[in-house]
Amino acid sequence: MNVSRIRDDFPILKRRVNGKSLVYFDNAATSQKPTQVIEALGRYYREYNANIHRGIHKLAEEATIAHEEAREKVAKFINANHTEEIVFVRNATEAINLVAYAWGRANIKQGDKIVLTIMEHHSNIVPWQQLANEKGAKLEFIKIDEEGHLRQDEIHELIDERTKIVCITHASNVLGTINSIKEITRAAHRFGALILVDAAQSVPHMPVDARDLDCDFMAFSGHKMMGPTGIGVLYGKSKHFENMPPFLCGGEMIKEVHTTGASWKDLPYKFEAGTPNIAGAIGLGVAVDYLRNVGMETVHDHEKQITGYALSRMTEIDGLVVYGPKDVTKRVGVISFNLGDIHAHDLASIMDEEGIAIRSGHHCAQPLMEFLNVPAMSRASFYIYNTNEEVDVFINALEKARKLFNP
Amino acid sequence: MSSDIYKDIILDYYRNPRNFGDLADADVRAKDSNPLCGDIIEMQLKINDGKIDDVRFKGKGCAISQASASMLTEVIKGKSLDDVKAMGKSNVLELMGIDPGPTRIKCALLGLKVVKLAVYGYLGQAITEEVKQLV
Repeated sequence: MNVSRIRDDFPILKRRVNGKSLVYFDNAATSQKPTQVIEALGRYYREYNANIHRGIHKLAEEATIAHEEAREKVAKFINANHTEEIVFVRNATEAINLVAYAWGRANIKQGDKIVLTIMEHHSNIVPWQQLANEKGAKLEFIKIDEEGHLRQDEIHELIDERTKIVCITHASNVLGTINSIKEITRAAHRFGALILVDAAQSVPHMPVDARDLDCDFMAFSGHKMMGPTGIGVLYGKSKHFENMPPFLCGGEMIKEVHTTGASWKDLPYKFEAGTPNIAGAIGLGVAVDYLRNVGMETVHDHEKQITGYALSRMTEIDGLVVYGPKDVTKRVGVISFNLGDIHAHDLASIMDEEGIAIRSGHHCAQPLMEFLNVPAMSRASFYIYNTNEEVDVFINALEKARKLFNP
Repeated sequence: MSSDIYKDIILDYYRNPRNFGDLADADVRAKDSNPLCGDIIEMQLKINDGKIDDVRFKGKGCAISQASASMLTEVIKGKSLDDVKAMGKSNVLELMGIDPGPTRIKCALLGLKVVKLAVYGYLGQAITEEVKQLV
């Protein structure tokens, strides 16, 4: 793989920030977009902008085909059985909410258990808290060991016959830990519980096969995988989708409406009310093309390499603490850290002065931060277009910050 | 070593905060946090004859929030409550000698907000919109 050729596809990487070349290490928050995706959005609006599904005219036909082709690309990308298992939503958060409302309100009863993990993003906690409060169900959290792996004993202790659903991130947006979903799926299915996988940090960065994981639902966002904002995906096994009531109701999702009631369209349209994000879906389809063209194994290998390089160089810095697994094969390209007693926001500001974009704060994972007893962390996260040279710039800036605060 | 917002004076106040600690005979205390950063500042004021006689602060957080709070304590000592009520964003920025930019301005203004919360609390007056919007 030629990284410099890939970088040429991302115009934003040529930007200068505060007089320095941009080093974009905030990919876990959102990725940059290749020209191919940016152009596809423009082409849709310039050449065939129309509402989809019901139009009879040429533009509507072209837009409908492009929108549904995007669905096919996404289905193939995660190895779904069928396009009816792919529901377009706004983002992973909305995907999880859809399940918590439509499936959860119909299936969770008082005394039932919902099992989460302590490393979940708020988007995979709060919808379940709301559901549990409403139904009198119980939430339980699988905790982690010192290296940031889920505790095996708790997986098997907490998932039991009262458990109705297990909601777990595939890869932690803080620790980078890749969880063994198949094992947890087996544990859940043994008790007839379902499993929802938050794949927001895995689908963009490694091969993910929904059928192989055997998960019941999977949620991810387009904008973290080179696609536009405002488009996300909920994958679900057809048998669950068929039995679920709709989430949002209105136009597009109905078969017939009478004053006395309504009936729903077939899958997946039953869950897509109103005019969807047509341009977003088309853009996501092009992002999927881009990633398939590079190859997800290649993306993953590149990130393992750069993560390993960054981790080894970060150990050179006095007082730097890294969170999460040490083994690069067990993590994605997300490195959270603290440097001495420098506050994460001060560190991010100093990085910004050097043109380096990193994240700082609680990373929408306050229960994890509480568990680790750390008020805030800084986070560098990589993608296919990042280089070891950029890591060197980052290391120099960390060294500068250390000297500034501890002269 | 140059840094636009982490000037020596800011780092000095961060490392060696002036007026840090408790004021045993404080007339009023106030505390607030910046939800974005988790910065926390508590101000304790001794008030006499409509003037701030003495002040201490305590807190935890980024250098910008802690340094600005400490600098502020030095300036408000001896000031009338009316003068403190009239202080605004520009006074704090002038004091710090930096422009922290839109993402960090709330860190810089937390100290001022807490001082104002204390003053309004002491006077038994309702908190104004201007104060609420500082952070």
